[in-house]
Amino acid sequence: MPAVSMTVNGKQVSGEVEARTLLVQFLRENLRLTGTHVGCDTSQCGACVVHIDGIAAKSCTTLALQCEGANVTTIEGLADPSGPLHPMQEAFREHHGLQCGYCTPGMIMAALDIVRRNGNDLDEHTIREQLDGNICRCTGYHNIVKAIAAGAKAMAKGGVSRQAAE
Amino acid sequence: MSATGIGAAVRRKEDIRFITGRGQYTDDVVRPGETRAVFVRSPHARAKIKSIDVSAAKKMPGVVDVLTGAQLANDKVGNLICGWMIHSKDGSAMKMAPHPALAADTVNHVGDAVAVVIGETLAQARDAAEKVKVDYQVLPAVTDPGKAKSGPQIHEVAPKNTIYEWALGDRKAVEAAFAGAKHVTKLDIINNRLIPNAVEPRAALAEYDAGTDHLTLWNTSQNPHVARLVISAFVGIAPEHKLRVIAPDVGGGFGSKIFIYPEEVVCLWAARKVRRPVKWTAERSESFVTDAHGRDHVTHAELALDEHGHILALRAHTIANLGAYMSTFSSSVPTYLYATLMSGQYAIPQIYCEVDAVYTNTVPVDAYRGAGRPEATFVVERLVEVAARQMGLDPAELRKRNFIKTFPHQTPVIMAYDAGDYNASLKKAMELADVKGFGKRKRESARHGKLRGMGYSTYIEACGIAPSQAVGSLGCGVGLWESAEVRVNPTGDVEVLTGTHAHGQGHETTFAQLVSERLGIPFENVSIVHGDTDKVQFGMGTYGSRSGAVGMSAIVKAMDKVIAKAKKVAAHMLEAAEGDIEFKDGKFTVAGTDKSAAFGEVALNAYIAHKFAGQELEPGLKETSFYDPTNFTFPAGCHICEVEVDADTGKAEIVGWTAVDDFGTVVNPMIVEGQVHGGIAQGVGQALLEGAVYNGDGQLVTGSLMDYTMPRAHDLPSFNVGLTETKSPSNPLGIKGCGEAGAIAAPAAVINAITDAIGSEQVSMPATAATVWSALKQAQPARQAAE
Repeated sequence: MPAVSMTVNGKQVSGEVEARTLLVQFLRENLRLTGTHVGCDTSQCGACVVHIDGIAAKSCTTLALQCEGANVTTIEGLADPSGPLHPMQEAFREHHGLQCGYCTPGMIMAALDIVRRNGNDLDEHTIREQLDGNICRCTGYHNIVKAIAAGAKAMAKGGVSRQAAE
Repeated sequence: MSATGIGAAVRRKEDIRFITGRGQYTDDVVRPGETRAVFVRSPHARAKIKSIDVSAAKKMPGVVDVLTGAQLANDKVGNLICGWMIHSKDGSAMKMAPHPALAADTVNHVGDAVAVVIGETLAQARDAAEKVKVDYQVLPAVTDPGKAKSGPQIHEVAPKNTIYEWALGDRKAVEAAFAGAKHVTKLDIINNRLIPNAVEPRAALAEYDAGTDHLTLWNTSQNPHVARLVISAFVGIAPEHKLRVIAPDVGGGFGSKIFIYPEEVVCLWAARKVRRPVKWTAERSESFVTDAHGRDHVTHAELALDEHGHILALRAHTIANLGAYMSTFSSSVPTYLYATLMSGQYAIPQIYCEVDAVYTNTVPVDAYRGAGRPEATFVVERLVEVAARQMGLDPAELRKRNFIKTFPHQTPVIMAYDAGDYNASLKKAMELADVKGFGKRKRESARHGKLRGMGYSTYIEACGIAPSQAVGSLGCGVGLWESAEVRVNPTGDVEVLTGTHAHGQGHETTFAQLVSERLGIPFENVSIVHGDTDKVQFGMGTYGSRSGAVGMSAIVKAMDKVIAKAKKVAAHMLEAAEGDIEFKDGKFTVAGTDKSAAFGEVALNAYIAHKFAGQELEPGLKETSFYDPTNFTFPAGCHICEVEVDADTGKAEIVGWTAVDDFGTVVNPMIVEGQVHGGIAQGVGQALLEGAVYNGDGQLVTGSLMDYTMPRAHDLPSFNVGLTETKSPSNPLGIKGCGEAGAIAAPAAVINAITDAIGSEQVSMPATAATVWSALKQAQPARQAAE
């Protein structure tokens, strides 16, 4: 089986994978980073969103081998486990932007990419339109939209700029 | 109100693990030596299995075993069952057909499993599954519930594919009332079939311990004890005491994870056969053809009114499609969860509802958020709205004229409403929605070429399911009480073991709020344990908006016992009579003195047992309860939807949503509002976007998230949510429940708004742009003539 090496959450990792192994399988099964979820098989739900070289991508539609040498960030890598939460994580909690929690990691990773693309001052319309790739069945999106707007603002205050969001 | 007590918008305890990626869902659990299961499923809606050849599959790399329905039957694994008996009008029992976990002789829907491949890896199992050769003799199928009775007979036990022909109410009295009516409104309604699509796909992981002959099942269940009971008592996989069911974090349920499914049975059976843990996780396309679907009613309904718009009677005839097999609670949904709500919020003297439940070659249909009550609300609220329009009355006024105003109120369809104030929620909703300003907004929309409409839905539901004797008398095979165990540890912190299950509802927070307030201990010192049959004594699980009303009431009862016991301990500690001990704010005090002991001190003393004789008072501080409610609860409210319709394209956009609900006592308003938002989104999904489509061959045309339209963020507005409050008298906390309200209220509000906008009642769900455009085109000549 071919080998693949990449940086995941700041750590150099490598492993043997089949050519067909998806990035999400590599993350979940090889690295046991189970915060990244799979909710569908047609790249529609966004539960699997991670950042590859700073840009949001659906890890269910990315081959592990495509990520050779890449810098991958998952939900587990957003904040130091012993330190404070990332402002976007904190905003989801503060604004009750999650219920069952299953879509949440993908939502947060997608939210950060909305901030990267549009800056820290986000209106409701922009958030709703740009959240098109993520499905939540629990919240009706109302509180997710509020959380993303608040999280984006908090990132600016806390000095997490568009670039640093990557 | 304390910062963490009842009524406080406490941020959720469970969130930390979910926002950091440390949740533990079934697919995240890994057991040593784990294998992966892949099912071989029927591509045909109805066929005879002539033969299955597994020889090539068995030779594939990494294959541990390939098992078929014939082997399952040979091992005497029992069938899945439906646990709610319904009798037809003629007194005959419902026709429950055999439902094996793997089909051996015939398949009855696309997705029906015929074999399972157990592989070392998922990829190897999947590769091998493609090598299983099944020789099918394809048979004609029926998928349309309206044609089921004349279609090919699916099951030997059910002639005309009829499961039951059931009725509720006084037919003759209803006929008499219609005969004397000044006005009759008639509607033909299709309540569209929905696919639940919790974002976490169903999963099961089974492990067999040969040393102890014990099986453990991790699964995506809303009610692990019920799963264990059915798998043990009916399927016969293992006795209850040798089967542990663990439902860890579960990623949404909405009803679809109540039921006992073939896959978990097969994983358990296979794990014992191959002596290795067996894991199955659905792919989304599998979820589409195996998770129980919802709704799917064809209804003709009529409303009789006098000249003043007072409702005299309601009658309905419904054909309910239950799919290819009877799922766990399927029979109850179109009967006792549906016809019993046909009175809505109105004093209707006579109601008669007939329901024919039929088999079709489609995925089984069972409870989905609201379960029967959304279908009833849609019938009642469409009838009322259309009647008002036809009679030239304001829809709000007609509702007011018919509202039930005194309680208790016995409806003609079993339910005895015990508390409510329907005028209050209507009035508040009309204020919040600025109904007075609607005319101005409509003119403004018209200036932009848009048709604006407004629709009401004043819904009611029966929740807190439910008094065991009551449901037992209606055919339910189980009691619907709830259990709790309150364990006070020697250090004074508390674990609460509950028989309910949370899959998004936030019980770890709300239940802790209750315990913290009642016991006067810090919120942080309370942990909620659920979802494990080895830990929790028993439980009926979470559905029917029951966890607050029933589950929290059980906790209250157990806490009462804890406090009573603790008072005895405190009396010994404080050298006072038990009757003189008062408990308040976490402190036990001798009445009229300054002698006191903190909750933690009493807990420690209960365990060290130095201050009392163990023969007189048992050491320890742990109590249990089984709480059975005295009635259903009746949450109710008013939702008002405003839409703008683009007359050129037919696209309806929701531009305003106001919800005012009466849920009784609200434990955490933040969580309750979240439940309302989510419910509305599902109701809007039903009204505008979602619909399962089968073609004549029984293929599910909407079999993926690319074909079945789930509501996304840009399909929905922000919601304007308010509350009114009348306490439920049927439980000690006054809670009514909030989990299903939005999904129950929303569809009628949307369709009432769209039909108001376009001036035609001919809009079916989902009201896609094409549907609305067609209705507009049909209505145009009539409108022009009218103008």
